[in-house]
Amino acid sequence: MTETFADLIACEDVLMFVNAAITSTGQREFHHTQGQQRLSLSFLHAYMLENYRELYAATLALDINDHNAALIARNLLVSKIDGAEGRLIARRLAMLPPQRVYRLFRDLRAAGVNNRRTRAIMRDWLAARPDLAFDAVKYRGAVKDVVRHAHLTLDDETRAFLFNPHGRKAFETPIFETWRRAHYEHRALYDLPYTVAEGFADKHGIPRKVFLERIEPRMTRLERLRLQENARERKVGAVATDLSAMPLTRLATYTLSLPLDDRVSRREELTTALRAAARRTAGGLAGTWGRVAAVLDDSFSATGSPQKRRRPLAVALAGHFLLEALAGHYTPLWTSGRSDALLLYPYGPTPLGERILDALDGSPHRLIIVSDGWDNAPPGLAGEVLRVWRTRLDPRGRVAITHLNPVYDAADFDVRRLSPAVPTAGIRDAEDLPSLVELARFAEGRAGLAELRAHLDEQVARFLEAA
Amino acid sequence: MTSGGRTTRFSLEGLETRPSQTWGGIRLVPLVRDEPIDELRLHRRVYGDDPTVVDVGDGTYYTSYVPHAFVATWAGEEDDASAAYGTRLLEREERGLLPSCMPVRMPRRMARRVSKNRLRFLPLHLAVEGYLALHFGGPEIAWEEWSRRAISSGMSPRVEEAYSGAYVRDLDDALRIFEIHLGQCGVLIYVADSLASAFVVPHPDDYRALHATLVEDLYGELIYQYGLLRPHVPPFGGRVDDASVRSLRDLRAQADRLQREWAGFHDEVMAARLFDGEGSFHLVQYLNECELYRFLPSFRLGQENHIGEAITVGRDEDARLAYLKTFRLSETQVRRGYLLSRLAEYDWHLGRTAEALGQDESALGLRLERAGFGYLLRQDVLDHYRAQARR
Repeated sequence: MTETFADLIACEDVLMFVNAAITSTGQREFHHTQGQQRLSLSFLHAYMLENYRELYAATLALDINDHNAALIARNLLVSKIDGAEGRLIARRLAMLPPQRVYRLFRDLRAAGVNNRRTRAIMRDWLAARPDLAFDAVKYRGAVKDVVRHAHLTLDDETRAFLFNPHGRKAFETPIFETWRRAHYEHRALYDLPYTVAEGFADKHGIPRKVFLERIEPRMTRLERLRLQENARERKVGAVATDLSAMPLTRLATYTLSLPLDDRVSRREELTTALRAAARRTAGGLAGTWGRVAAVLDDSFSATGSPQKRRRPLAVALAGHFLLEALAGHYTPLWTSGRSDALLLYPYGPTPLGERILDALDGSPHRLIIVSDGWDNAPPGLAGEVLRVWRTRLDPRGRVAITHLNPVYDAADFDVRRLSPAVPTAGIRDAEDLPSLVELARFAEGRAGLAELRAHLDEQVARFLEAA
Repeated sequence: MTSGGRTTRFSLEGLETRPSQTWGGIRLVPLVRDEPIDELRLHRRVYGDDPTVVDVGDGTYYTSYVPHAFVATWAGEEDDASAAYGTRLLEREERGLLPSCMPVRMPRRMARRVSKNRLRFLPLHLAVEGYLALHFGGPEIAWEEWSRRAISSGMSPRVEEAYSGAYVRDLDDALRIFEIHLGQCGVLIYVADSLASAFVVPHPDDYRALHATLVEDLYGELIYQYGLLRPHVPPFGGRVDDASVRSLRDLRAQADRLQREWAGFHDEVMAARLFDGEGSFHLVQYLNECELYRFLPSFRLGQENHIGEAITVGRDEDARLAYLKTFRLSETQVRRGYLLSRLAEYDWHLGRTAEALGQDESALGLRLERAGFGYLLRQDVLDHYRAQARR
């Protein structure tokens, strides 16, 4: 097989884009502002769209984050489009949370995109919604915009609700009727979705404590988690999430949001929940990974940003519990040298090199590094250690080393790497850790473009089949 | 100005140099103490009544200090904020004796923007003017050439220009993302790998409280320019010697070597001119074995020159550097300082100074004028020099 230089570059570009699409959310990070992140990310999108359109669309089938999925869909719909892309977009939109899809549709409207494909995608997506009446209440403005933009026909009642809501004396659809009554009747608003009811509660001047207590059954799982501390401050016991059902990374974020004293007093509960979530995520793989060592970054840069509070640390913490479940024998090494995972907060420099040496001392089968890659005590030592380890001490690769990076580096258009000797992959949720580690092992052998295409085609086929 | 001795008295001994952290053109080198100095702590007024600031450990220390240009309400009235003028040592519970202050008149809008309990420093040219005025009192012998104003009020008020740290490129971000080491008590700030400022405090808690205020510090014009000219500095990681590594233990030894080499290189090369062996210092205040000094460089032209304040704790041999704050002079300031120090050396006598500098008196007079010191000379004397130069 003749592999040209262009093929190599294509291969690297795609991997770089996938890393960016997994990690970057266009929000501020510790080192770069929101503007820098967005500029950098939008360049990557434009570059991919122009040069590798087919591969660009295929990334929709991968585990990229929702922000980038919506961006890709938007960029594809703005320009001309073929049939396969339409199917990919439709499939992906079905997986996105509705508020993201509505935002995407409104973006398209603002950009003046109204081609046949776009209208068809909007029509099909709305038709597939389980309860359009509910959407019409919860996302009223957005549904209105979409209906108007795509020239959709609705039944009389929904149309009246959207475009002339006060023209009717009564609605037949129960949720519309509840919404109408909520304008003057306190009791009715507690049957509406939380976000809608909140507006009415403010209009009626209902005290927050009373409101939270009575709206609790209508909250979604994430709303409940988000409002838990708010409710606790007001002594509303009713808003209590069942922590045991929470996904691992969310649970870690929640744990880190608590003050240290609370974490100490609720240690039992939190640890149990985290362990249970980790075991659930590990599934059949639990206990199969043998001796595992992890170098986890809890340096000051794990603070994240006001938009992504302690996100890098939360990923590391979730990864810690997941690895504990996966491994037969597990050694965690936090960069700060602390050992109590539950009481972590971002602090101190990042002596990655030293910690990697400590980890290799224990001769593990696998070494996982979760860090933003800003190795600074001393700078570049981790890269040197990994290079010498691979070239001099372990050329056969007895120890499988993987670096997982939760932060997109806007200046490099990629996640920051520690060393060319060790594969680096972007990570968004700790839940993806096992699959990323497996994938990274292929990356070590430098897959060619043909292989990459084959892999993507396979992913796309599986993705579309699952529909 | 009294010359008390040589600045080799000060050194960064007891402070360990750790690997630098870089951002853009800024390099920050952390200094870590093995054990903090407990005898001297930041004055409680500096911590304010903010409960989020760490406990300063009552009862373990007896002396406190107030850094230069620190703004606080000493008299108790809200609008009566004033800035410390020169660093001072205070007894811990001293109520009556306050550091000498200068009132700060801020536009009301600006004053309100700053939260009540935040640490504030004078972000004004005043601070540097203060420095120079503190260091140079003006002529001590009233030779007839000096103007009446120079005799009665010395150099003050002199206007020295400096840039707030917020204007130095990348410095704000570099300080924000800097990862403070455990036990860190100081930092050296390099702009385009040229030493801009050194800052040392006795205790890590003091450092954490004051770290963010470094952006309000003042930096000379030179530093500002360097920041614009050099967008990136390298991280200085060093390279492990492959051939010598046969085991993990060797690799660890190599890592230690890199760290030692960096510290050595930094202390001997990068920070070599921080304390000028030929500079001078003088004791300002003495309290409970704490000594506050101000020091001046030798004003060697075309080289790094730092002025600053230092506090040492302990007696002669055991004296440890507890507090240090320096300011890198820009080239024109060095030139002015050079002239002033030469004048001071010859008791402010123009004729003898000119002879030592190898020029005649009128040339020195005009040189003083060009340096911005024309107002120090009597008008008729200056006119006479000008006439001589024209001839």
